[in-house]
Amino acid sequence: MTALHRKLFRDLWAMKGQALAIAMVIASGAATFVMSLSTRDSLRLTQAVYYGDYHFAEVFASLKRAPESLRARLQAIPGVQQVQTRVVAPAKVEVEDYPDPVTGLLVSVPDFGPPLLNGLYLMRGRLVDSRRDDEVVVHDSFAKAHGFQPGGRIAVVINGRRKRLRIVGVALSPEHIFPIRAGDFIPDFESFGVLWMARTPLEAAYDMEGAFNDVALTLTADGRLEEVIERTDGLLRRYGGIGAYGRKDQVSHRYLSEEFRQLEQMATIYPVIFLSVAAFLLNVVVGRLIRTEREQVATLKAFGYSNFDVAFHYVKLVLLIVAVGVLVGIVGGERFGRGLSAMYMDFYRFPFLLYVLQPHVAVIAGLVSAGAALAGTLYSVRAAARQPPAEAMRPEPPARYRETVIERLGLKRWLSQPTRMIARNIERQPLKSLFTAIGIALAYAILMVGFFFGDIVEHMIYVQFGLSQRDDMTVTFVEPTSGRVLNELHSLPGVEYGEPFRTVAVRLRSGHRTYRTAIQGVRPGGDLHRLLDVDLNPIDIPGNGLVLTDFLGGILNVGPGDPVTVEVLEGGRPVRQVRVAGFGNQYVGLSAYMHIDALNRMMREGHAVSGAFLSADSRYANEIYASLKEMPRVAGVTVRKKAVKNLEETMAEQLLTFAFFITLLAGTIAFGVVYNSARISLSERSRELASLRVLGMTRGEISYILLGELAVLTLAAVPLGFLIGRLLCGYIVTSLETDLFRLPFVVEASTYSFAATVVLASACISALVVRRKLDHLDLVAVLKTKE
Amino acid sequence: MPDAATTPGAQIKETVFEARSLTKTYGMGEVRVQALRGVDLDFYAGELVVLLGPSGSGKSTLLNILGGLDTATSGRVSYHGKELTAATDRELTEYRRSHVGFVFQFYNLIPSLTALENVAVVTEIAEHPMEPADALRVVNLGDRRHHFPSQLSGGEQQRVAIARAIAKNPAVLLCDEPTGTLDSATGIVVLEALERVNHELGTTTVLITHNADIAGMADRVIHLHDGRIGEIRRNVAKKPVRELHW
Repeated sequence: MTALHRKLFRDLWAMKGQALAIAMVIASGAATFVMSLSTRDSLRLTQAVYYGDYHFAEVFASLKRAPESLRARLQAIPGVQQVQTRVVAPAKVEVEDYPDPVTGLLVSVPDFGPPLLNGLYLMRGRLVDSRRDDEVVVHDSFAKAHGFQPGGRIAVVINGRRKRLRIVGVALSPEHIFPIRAGDFIPDFESFGVLWMARTPLEAAYDMEGAFNDVALTLTADGRLEEVIERTDGLLRRYGGIGAYGRKDQVSHRYLSEEFRQLEQMATIYPVIFLSVAAFLLNVVVGRLIRTEREQVATLKAFGYSNFDVAFHYVKLVLLIVAVGVLVGIVGGERFGRGLSAMYMDFYRFPFLLYVLQPHVAVIAGLVSAGAALAGTLYSVRAAARQPPAEAMRPEPPARYRETVIERLGLKRWLSQPTRMIARNIERQPLKSLFTAIGIALAYAILMVGFFFGDIVEHMIYVQFGLSQRDDMTVTFVEPTSGRVLNELHSLPGVEYGEPFRTVAVRLRSGHRTYRTAIQGVRPGGDLHRLLDVDLNPIDIPGNGLVLTDFLGGILNVGPGDPVTVEVLEGGRPVRQVRVAGFGNQYVGLSAYMHIDALNRMMREGHAVSGAFLSADSRYANEIYASLKEMPRVAGVTVRKKAVKNLEETMAEQLLTFAFFITLLAGTIAFGVVYNSARISLSERSRELASLRVLGMTRGEISYILLGELAVLTLAAVPLGFLIGRLLCGYIVTSLETDLFRLPFVVEASTYSFAATVVLASACISALVVRRKLDHLDLVAVLKTKE
Repeated sequence: MPDAATTPGAQIKETVFEARSLTKTYGMGEVRVQALRGVDLDFYAGELVVLLGPSGSGKSTLLNILGGLDTATSGRVSYHGKELTAATDRELTEYRRSHVGFVFQFYNLIPSLTALENVAVVTEIAEHPMEPADALRVVNLGDRRHHFPSQLSGGEQQRVAIARAIAKNPAVLLCDEPTGTLDSATGIVVLEALERVNHELGTTTVLITHNADIAGMADRVIHLHDGRIGEIRRNVAKKPVRELHW
């Protein structure tokens, strides 16, 4: 090892505290990056292997009913490789000792042999025996939520007929990695479950003998998705097909794709913040180091070290810090990645997890961290390299001070001498003061970013369930039913009020832009389910025209008054031109709304309803649920109270755990920035402060001079921090925006005050530490040292 | 101007440095300082020259320009016929690396390196260096080589600095007030080390001081005043360092 390398390691050791703090910030950035991307890659790999091994279909279609003979014609579509026809039946499920409504989706599996497509991964028990008509395999998440085991019993109500079933197995399916009920946006494992029955008994129970109402396809290597979808639609049209779709519109697949996108966002946003802070800290610390080593640099140059040698020496120092940070980050990121992947396994039901950390992810983490660190220190290192050696040998000229603006404004006589020193010092080095303030501001900002997710969840719950969906329960019918059914619901004891709705699956088209969604027909003046405008005021549904979610308006690129082509995907499949009447605000999903009568007119269906929103006396809840179970037309019931609880729990687990993690890191950063600034001011000014002590100033007075400056900067950073924080929060909200859900941009006062409290507390702790050092200032030794 | 090279009877010596009409102005804070106001001077191989003058007379500036640490505002300096004033930064670095050894008033040792390592910092980049331990033995510090600067006295630190300066076998040794912060007994030990290097290795040595008593050890004594050369005196009888006192 050369002598210069020894110097490097000893310099580093001498500043180990600061170096370690910076390395940890870099480690946080690298860890978030590695964690997010390795989790994404692992889930992707797991997904790909699972899809491949269990033959996940590529095209899906539901229909009303078609004879099994249609299967051959589907198979004959060019580009189709395999066809799996199925019977899929919605059912109400009765679980012993669980009074709340539970809905199930019964899916048929072939009588003999495993399913061709969307295979089952059997976790316990066995597959169903088609010779027995009461056997069922349940999805693992549903089984876990209720503690089902093979041998257990449940009852289902299919088409109004109650049927007792015996659980023989517990399984997973690539089709239901994210088992969610249509229309929900957070899975509820207790009140929704996927169940598999053998084809023959399910056909019998659902009046589908010799027929199917659902089909899954795979494509040949040269099969074209669009073409197959089009031809499938053509074949199924007569049989009540509601439009075939590819994997990208398959619910479970879509949620997974969204998750991947969010992980990528996380892999960008947070490392960028952490690495900027690290770059800033390195700039401060290395700048300071180089200034103190001014004469050493000059000596090295006097003996023939070149500018490059000197620059490279400090670059190596920076890279060593980066190396420690990146190494810790990669190791930590790998561990967090395993943990996060495992947490996702609770949410996304894969049978296995293949964790991978791709080497290029680690390499990029290293390169980006090193790049950020070098960018942060470039200026200081260049200055060191370019310093003319003779000039560096001479003592630095006394710093240029002048009277500050405040003093020139005539406030001088109200400022004490120490206060003037504070003001002049800040004004003398405006850039340095600004950078310190920006560093502290970043700490405020990161804390806000970590904490504002809580505000979002609260706000979403308030808007979704306080302002918009105010019903106690939502009842959906098996198929569109006469509006008279509402009277039947009203007559149930405990039901106070009901509003009908009609849901129609459609494809909206404007020019070449299309979007598959549902039009909700609602009654004007509704109180249980209200449309909100962007300012969250209820809007009344107009007699004619479509009200679109504003994000959907953006996707279709339409404004109020523009025509939109509505291609209905069910019933007589009419195609109509409808004008956009206005826009509404909705955080989850992208629905379109119409007056229920206008929608029924468009469908030419008279007064039909798909379901109803009910408000009910909670004391009667269990009786109402029991009555609804008995009504054959009722397909399912969603309870609002449960939806809120479920949303809170899920969000709490996902977002708030993450927010807590970020908050912890942010607190450390806040402390690091403030502490570093204080330490550096102390070492730069210890001589000056010691002189003042010798001249008779008290410890309190010199502490005021040093810490007063820091206090001013910490407070000045508040508005700047809030501004940066708001911008970052806004950026995160926008970047997480998808058609599945949008996050509202809300930052509550509590988040601002939380951020301020944490930073100010860190600042106070740093101040106390520095104050202790000031108390131990060795006056004689300090004055002896050569400047 | 009488000079060694032209003085009848003097041995013809090779010219190491040749300075002509040298001036230097620099800014110090908000003040402009004219450090050199036209200096013409030659230095010869193997001689020991003492530059004498009060502080602010331009001694250090002259030394820094000779050593390639600083550049002149006008005029020119050449080293063995090669013009330093026209050299690029890269060439000056190469010049310092291969030909010049420096000793500074404040030693300028690297505090995080031991005595031996401080010497090694230089020998590692030199072409035909001494062993660092040998260089330390020349200044009688062989047994202190594993001490850090903070564990050494001022005189010892300065001797480490001298060892560091001579370890690369430089052609010239430039010393800026090497005894400025030392008491006289310690100063004499340091000067003895310099004398030995000049005598045994034949290194051309330029030594700055404001202490006239030290001038006795020189071959030539050059007085500087206010950025100009005042007087150049040749010591007919050079005094050994141990006979000096102040």
